[in-house]
Amino acid sequence: MAIEIEQPSVGLSKVAVSETHGEDSPYFAGWKAYDENPYHESTNQSGVIQMGLAENQVSFDLLEKYLEEHSEASSWGKGAPGFKENALFQDYHGLKSFRQAMANFMEQIRGGRAKFDPDRIVLTAGATAANELLTFILADPGDALLVPTPYYPGFDRDLRWRTGVKIVPIHCDSSNNFQVTPQALEAAYSEAESMNLKVRGVLITNPSNPLGATIQRSTLEEILNFVTRKNIHLVSDEIYSGSTFSSSEFISIAEILESNSYKNSERVHIVYSLSKDLGLPGFRVGTIYSYNDKVVTTARRMSSFTLISSQTQHLLACMLSNKEFTENYIKTNRERLRKRYDMIIKGLKNAGIQCLEGNAGLFCWMNLSPLLEEPTREGELALWKIILNEVRLNISPGSSCHCSEPGWFRVCFANMSEQTLEIALERIHKFMEQRRRN
Amino acid sequence: MTRTRFSRKRSPEPEKEKAGGGGAVMRVIVPLQGVVQGSGGLVLGSIIPCALFYFLQFYLKRNRDDPNDQNESNSTSQTQNPTTRSPSSGQLAELTGLTRTPSRPLLSPRSHTGPVSISGRVHGIVKGSDSPYCVGLRRVKEDPYDELGNPNGVIQLGLAENKLSLELVKDWLTENASNAILGNGKELSISGIATYQPFDGLMEFKVTVAGFMSQVMENAVSFNPSQIVLTAGATPAIEILSFCLADAGNAFLVPTPYYPGFDRDVKWRTGVEIIHVPCRSADNFNLSITALDRAFNQAKKRGLKVRGIIISNPSNPVGNLLSRESLYTLLDFAREKNIHIISNEILAGCTHGNEEFVSMAEIVDQEDVDRKRVHIVYGLSKDLSLPGFRVGVIYSFNEEVLAAAKKLTRFSSISAPTQRLLISMLSDSKFVQTFITTNRERLQRMYVQFVAGLKKLGIGCIKSSGGFYCWADMSGFISSYSEKGELELWDKLLNIAKVNVTPGSCCHCIEPGWFRFCFATLTEKDIPVVMERIQKVTETCKLNS
Repeated sequence: MAIEIEQPSVGLSKVAVSETHGEDSPYFAGWKAYDENPYHESTNQSGVIQMGLAENQVSFDLLEKYLEEHSEASSWGKGAPGFKENALFQDYHGLKSFRQAMANFMEQIRGGRAKFDPDRIVLTAGATAANELLTFILADPGDALLVPTPYYPGFDRDLRWRTGVKIVPIHCDSSNNFQVTPQALEAAYSEAESMNLKVRGVLITNPSNPLGATIQRSTLEEILNFVTRKNIHLVSDEIYSGSTFSSSEFISIAEILESNSYKNSERVHIVYSLSKDLGLPGFRVGTIYSYNDKVVTTARRMSSFTLISSQTQHLLACMLSNKEFTENYIKTNRERLRKRYDMIIKGLKNAGIQCLEGNAGLFCWMNLSPLLEEPTREGELALWKIILNEVRLNISPGSSCHCSEPGWFRVCFANMSEQTLEIALERIHKFMEQRRRN
Repeated sequence: MTRTRFSRKRSPEPEKEKAGGGGAVMRVIVPLQGVVQGSGGLVLGSIIPCALFYFLQFYLKRNRDDPNDQNESNSTSQTQNPTTRSPSSGQLAELTGLTRTPSRPLLSPRSHTGPVSISGRVHGIVKGSDSPYCVGLRRVKEDPYDELGNPNGVIQLGLAENKLSLELVKDWLTENASNAILGNGKELSISGIATYQPFDGLMEFKVTVAGFMSQVMENAVSFNPSQIVLTAGATPAIEILSFCLADAGNAFLVPTPYYPGFDRDVKWRTGVEIIHVPCRSADNFNLSITALDRAFNQAKKRGLKVRGIIISNPSNPVGNLLSRESLYTLLDFAREKNIHIISNEILAGCTHGNEEFVSMAEIVDQEDVDRKRVHIVYGLSKDLSLPGFRVGVIYSFNEEVLAAAKKLTRFSSISAPTQRLLISMLSDSKFVQTFITTNRERLQRMYVQFVAGLKKLGIGCIKSSGGFYCWADMSGFISSYSEKGELELWDKLLNIAKVNVTPGSCCHCIEPGWFRFCFATLTEKDIPVVMERIQKVTETCKLNS
């Protein structure tokens, strides 16, 4: 019998085999642990409680009520008059009615303090796609973007994987509540230069993930100053802008630009999505809002790879054009998030745990550094493993967010019922008590 | 099993790589009516994705070196493949691949004067608002044909859209939609669609799609849902596969004429090249293995690593099917060169006539071939006439490719409510069967009538067995046997006959004078009108030549 000669197997690309998707980090390992043993109120009370997923489930009832009362949103109405056009509509400009509704919604969230032009809105299937798309447009492979730490772990993948662009961190620490400083900006820029990387822009998340806090006006102005001096771009990911606990504390970069009469604004681009504020990540709705005409045109064309279903656009155009619905939703959602936040902060305080003072987002930034065996990344991961396996809570370690100080953890509070949150707090309480006894 | 090898024909004329030509599949601009809660009124949703600048490209080409003479080994950006319009959303920007040469006149970000610079990918984009295609689009938009309201308007024959059976879908939705999206028969529950779902699609939807694909292909093969990765349309499916199977600077072999969108999908962000494999009318535009081989060797000489072949079956714009034998031959070729095959089967449900459609999946099923090199692309934009819903499929036999593709779908996921709606719809097998059968009948009827109409005008078409278009030979009517002549005729058709069609150069056809006529946006009543209009032009052309 002849021996089969093994042909070298047909190869894959570098992109396909690269690790840049980042899915081997603890951030994702925790999710796996949850998937394998998910907590359930009645059927699996000892399971892992998911506190590592920034999902907003506190206001579903408002959405359901709307859809129940407005069946034309999900079915094109009796006889479906608009169906044909909708089914065939694949234009990358997106439904005008939907863009208009998005612009209005974004204005509402900012209390009318900034105006948005629907023709500057480019639609993408989620903010993930929006961030990647902007990176493709603003930078070439091998270039760099500066991103303040700690940052959303997904950026490592979204900004770098297919684009070949690098992230150079802007280091922030607890001495000033992790705010970005001019010194940190300059240091990051110099670091990039020393590595022979061309810096193309700064990417901030405001309100911040994982900090759960809005960026101060003065800091925004400093950042804008910096990017103007260096003649680079500024991307402001404002995906949590509608998830602030009070309407007045969030200041959008759009407001700063408006107060400067939009001078120098062609370097600024805003990313937004309905995944957090409206709790609809499954719908895959993201936007790029750019003050740069060329970027808008290019982004629009590139959005062919990531269009939003026209059916979804139609549904959301109906929903977001309903002022009564959106005003009530924004207000109620804020209140409920604030309530959850207060609940978790109080619970953690009772357990002897401090958090960074936050005012936005679906999570809090928890300080467990006093509990570390050693003040290192390894120490933090060891503690994270204990919390995952013994306390059975999936929380996100700061190191996966590239935090320079070990011991900080991001804890999500909006993706579960109040009862589940209470259980989680009880478990933390018990854990801390045991620690104290030992 | 006997496999007939393709006869290796000598080509009748010297090989000439077709370098010019933008592609364009015109989009119809349909006034969009959306009654929006609270604001009412008509919403005009028109758009014209105008980035195609075919002419500009062509004339720019003339002033540059012939790409065939270039010797550079690794540069990808020199082989200018013109941008083409895609029938899917919007227009393509000019593609110059990834910027590799430092000589590009980028503005340094360190200069404090001058505008902030953007990436090399953008610099190549030319605003093509004066290109013929944009002109054509605008003309249709400004002056759209309507039987009663505007009988002298421009008729759209450049858009690969199938409206023939859409009302069947509409009727189903009228009865079932709300429940389908939210209820699934039970009480309203948004959490099933609102929360994060697997990026590569709901398993339930994959199962439904696998079943649908099988039905569409007349149950000749069954598809395994766990080999499916769902994407927001076939456009990202192609791009994702390009990212997975090739590195920047590598190349795919693609038979011409081909779907203009490939230039964008395969090349734009990936930095991957397309090598044209010309097909000729003498072969009825069927792929010859000689041409494939020649193209492969030429690529090698240029230092380009070929990673795979992309075929479309049924093909666009010609509409021919690949025979069982040719599929085997292709597989042999791919194995010999150790490369991938991407089979774009997005029109599998739009076959008509007697010829047998054979999916690559069927070949792989039957033979114990190494299947790791075979990947199929599918979608609901053509067969189900739902391009707006953005449903594409990557079907692969290679687990590593599936794993990588899955991760990449986070950038191109299908909206969950749309998945829910389609799960309901496609699970209704009675509806699906009726739809597929009716669709095919209507396509067949329209095709036969359209081809007959063209024949009466002295215009012959390649026998097509799939798609919603005819690939017509109008070389007898062009003033000069060249791209220029072809475009002149296109212009006459647009402005005198007032029909918008796709010239073959958009699809990189190596022989001038071929045009693609899409008939699935018409009704039977429109056909005589179209023929009369075309006659106006063909008569004058005959007189001239």
